[in-house]
Amino acid sequence: MYGKGLRGLSIATAATLVTAFALVFFYAPLDADQGFVQKIFYVHVPMAIVALGGFVFGGICAIAYLRTRDRKWDLRSYVAIHLSLILGLGVLVTGSIWARASWGHWWVWDEPTLVSFLIIFLLYACYQPLRFSIEDPDKQARYAAVFAILAGAFVPLNFLAVRLAQSLTHPRVLGTTGGDMPGAMRLTFLIALAGMVLLFVTLWKYEIAAKRARMRLRALRRRLLEA
Amino acid sequence: MPALPLEEAGKYVAGAYVVFFAVILIYVVIMAVRLSRLEREIAELDELAARKERPEPDDREEAPVP
Repeated sequence: MYGKGLRGLSIATAATLVTAFALVFFYAPLDADQGFVQKIFYVHVPMAIVALGGFVFGGICAIAYLRTRDRKWDLRSYVAIHLSLILGLGVLVTGSIWARASWGHWWVWDEPTLVSFLIIFLLYACYQPLRFSIEDPDKQARYAAVFAILAGAFVPLNFLAVRLAQSLTHPRVLGTTGGDMPGAMRLTFLIALAGMVLLFVTLWKYEIAAKRARMRLRALRRRLLEA
Repeated sequence: MPALPLEEAGKYVAGAYVVFFAVILIYVVIMAVRLSRLEREIAELDELAARKERPEPDDREEAPVP
């Protein structure tokens, strides 16, 4: 019941990701500047976009929770942030590998894009300790929602601030200047992005289904023991 | 920095993709462990429900039939 549509979604995710990675290695041309190393772009950037989108989505679900007080929105917000944190870790590691290959350093502290993503990641790393340090479930959900909304609003603001900052090292991918990709690269990137979005949605639904099943099971156990 | 030669760049590219797959794999393994725990709990509940449905054994001795 909870995992409705999960099978189709999983198949679509696997097919899109396999297509995307096939395009990355057999169709997309080599970058004139960076050569083969630029292939990291097709996994790193979609993962970063989806992670940031997931944080914002978590904030939107938190707003819905505060408006309705329906616990399903709290669960949705929690799972979105949890998954985005996992993807965020992947973004930091793949970004670090790419930085080492392109710039010769694992990390560049004066690069706004890198540092701002790290700040967002560390901010959200506080979400779970904050949430689980509160015992009362209603209070826990309320405080977590407030945190998710504030941090979710910080994500686009941070993105804007980085865009306005002048940086010479980090390339701008989706913008009016500097990031124009050839058609084959753009198509590959868009399919990789679609695959990453599908992966996020699949894992999100999967985890929500698992958590709801566990809650139902606990309720059932209580009823059986009381009967 | 000039573009790295293919054999050196390949290590970094492979590393990045391995990290991506490892993150997903670890997540799926954790979910699978949780799922197996859930299945165990369902089996326990199943047993509990079956025990409750079974009638209690009657300890009283039956009265002798004349």
